[in-house]
Amino acid sequence: MYQYDQYDQTLVNERVAQFRDQVQRYLAGELTDDEFRPLRLMNGLYLQRHAPMLRIAIPYGLLSTRQLRTLAYIARRYDRGYGHFTTRQNIQYNWPKLEETPDILAELAQVEMHAIQTSGNCIRNVTADHLSGVAPDEREDPRIYCEIIRQWSTFHPEFSYLPRKFKIAVTGAAHDRAAAQVHDIGLNLLHNAEGEIGFRVLVGGGLGRTPIIGQVIREFLPQRDLLSYLEAILRVYNQYGRRDNIYKARIKILVKALGTAHFREQVETEWGYIKDSGLTLDTAEVERVRRYFTPPPYEPDAAGDPGFEPWQQDDPAFAAWVRHNVADHKVAGYRNVFVALKTPGVAPGDLTADQMDAVADLADRYSFGQIRVTHHQNLLLPDVRQADLYPLWNALAAQKLATPVIGTLADMICCPGLDFCSLASASSLAIAHQINEKFDRLDDLYDLGELRLNLSGCMNACGHHHVGHIGILGVDKKGEEWYQISLGGSSENDVTLGDILGPSVPKAEVANTLERVLHVYVEQRQDGERFLDTFRRIGLDPFRARAYIAKPEAIVPRKPRATQQPAVEAA
Amino acid sequence: MARIIKNRQIIEDHWQTTADDVELPTGSVLISWARWNRERAALLARDEPLGVQLPNTTNIADLTADLPHWQVVALEFPKFADGRAYSQARLLRERYGYQGEIRAVGDVLRDQLAFMARSGFDAFAVRADRSLEDALAAFSEFSESYQPAADQPLPLYRRGR
Ligand code: HEM
Ligand code: SF4
Repeated sequence: MYQYDQYDQTLVNERVAQFRDQVQRYLAGELTDDEFRPLRLMNGLYLQRHAPMLRIAIPYGLLSTRQLRTLAYIARRYDRGYGHFTTRQNIQYNWPKLEETPDILAELAQVEMHAIQTSGNCIRNVTADHLSGVAPDEREDPRIYCEIIRQWSTFHPEFSYLPRKFKIAVTGAAHDRAAAQVHDIGLNLLHNAEGEIGFRVLVGGGLGRTPIIGQVIREFLPQRDLLSYLEAILRVYNQYGRRDNIYKARIKILVKALGTAHFREQVETEWGYIKDSGLTLDTAEVERVRRYFTPPPYEPDAAGDPGFEPWQQDDPAFAAWVRHNVADHKVAGYRNVFVALKTPGVAPGDLTADQMDAVADLADRYSFGQIRVTHHQNLLLPDVRQADLYPLWNALAAQKLATPVIGTLADMICCPGLDFCSLASASSLAIAHQINEKFDRLDDLYDLGELRLNLSGCMNACGHHHVGHIGILGVDKKGEEWYQISLGGSSENDVTLGDILGPSVPKAEVANTLERVLHVYVEQRQDGERFLDTFRRIGLDPFRARAYIAKPEAIVPRKPRATQQPAVEAA
Repeated sequence: MARIIKNRQIIEDHWQTTADDVELPTGSVLISWARWNRERAALLARDEPLGVQLPNTTNIADLTADLPHWQVVALEFPKFADGRAYSQARLLRERYGYQGEIRAVGDVLRDQLAFMARSGFDAFAVRADRSLEDALAAFSEFSESYQPAADQPLPLYRRGR
């Protein structure tokens, strides 16, 4: 994992001091709300429904145990004892005090963390495949390039007041696990015919109220040109991106307006001027950064462990967990273990301080002291010996972190929605809860197979609803919460935006409607087909035809169940 | 005379600005881009120090022939969050080798000055209701930077990191 040298540390320390001063000036009335807003956003600080919200970067999803323990400490000392992991490899605290945020940032700086550029109209925390460096299908390790991009983009003087936020995702495997095609820039590491390392460059993807899939503007960009090319794209965007309308300010709108070919031409022209400059990435720097990501000392005979198979035969619950929450590893005898933050009744992505400490202890014991944060709002312990899986499973289960539902309907992505977010049209956590209650039998979840359910509380699409196999979007109809359902989306290699099922449904009917949709799938599926495959084969109509046929009384909104989370509400 | 920050010091500003339809005074004048376009020949004949204020939508590549005639280029921040002029300043310095003063005008506030300086601005007409003395602190908040810009052609890693 990357380690700060004196320069990285100095910059982060100086940032804390700068922000402390800005907060003081704001509290003293020397900065207006409008002036303070971009400054606090560039330090991850929002002002939300009940309290400020602080978003902290977990660069490309990597955490050391020391860092995770600090996050636990912050949750206890400055918040209400928990944190929320997001789809963008950040953690959010929902209840910090504005005056204390500089102290929180100072605590973070001590463990090489920060909240720099986690919001604002600047280049955001770069995200990556959570299996970087450990995936069997990996071509090149994205982490090295993410760190290089992190440094280039940090306090970039020219690109800190862009028309709008800017998100970059990097993948290095055959399979896209980072939703790279719906980012402002998506980079896929690959090799050319000569075996040299480079990137396929996609631009102009994004969700929000105008979802668009990114377009390839370069099939192969040599490694040396990474930063100069990014700079060219950003410079074109900074100059020509729209600033008159916040909803049309993302780069995707510029790319659409100019057309991909013309946009590409502009970038290439700009790049022509700067491709041989201080931005050219030299091999020595790539190798310097690569040294931070050398593999841990794997045991050569880990695959020889005799216990793993018998444990699975003897203990079906363990076997189910292995089947769902454990992924293959590039090294024989090792596995990647998902720590499921999908306990029914708890907001997806939430983790208490005690659980954080427990996961840190387990990572020290079983995965070389490292933890990853995933796009699907789970944690991951990379590099676990198969011999350790059984004790690890027991320990995770004791923490309620072994719910064996990864990749199923219960493994939802869900934004905070109306419970926390001031932009929300409707609640999303309550819907997650309603669905958990309806589909509360593991056998049913397993029978439904691989399913991606994504929920957003408004059209900003933080919960990626457009690209869920099933997407749920909260809408506000005259002060009532309604939900629009879409089917057939995907954020992976076969990226697709979902089709809207039909009219939106009232709050109490979401899980029922989902049930009817899934009945159609179960009836129509052919051997081994996932929901998404069946949908693609038979189209929307059979689903639409049945989704709304209900017993009449079911259409009338029922009294909502107790869906709020007491821990959060009461605290 | 108004005060501005120039080369990290507070100075009296001797550049005069006038409305486009008013006859120019003698001495150094800072005029609009529209006036420059309209009165180019007369302005060149005038033989006094001249500066031009450019809208942040102006394409710097179109100005290369004009630059040698200008001692000051003023770049606009209509709102401090509108960051187009950062790119203009870098292009002026890094691509077109402009050596004169690049002045930030408009909604120019302390917390953006360091980014402006790195992009090539050397003069700052800080908004009139703010303290210039306070604003000077902006230049020393960060001691290093990762990426190349107008103030530094090499990235940190190529400077003996
Ligand atoms: C609670 C405070 C939050 C606020 C105020 C907020 C605000 C927004 C807004 C306004 C957008 C739309 C941007 C656009 O269309 O240009 C957006 C997009 C997004 N946000 Fe959030 N968000 C919040 C929390 C979250 C959380 C908790 C997550 C992760 C679970 C998240 C992840 C994302 C993602 C992935 C996008 C989609 C990016 C895209 O448009 O391509 N946000 N957010
Ligand atoms: S999707 Fe809407 S409700 Fe959900 S977090 Fe984003 S802005 Fe808030």
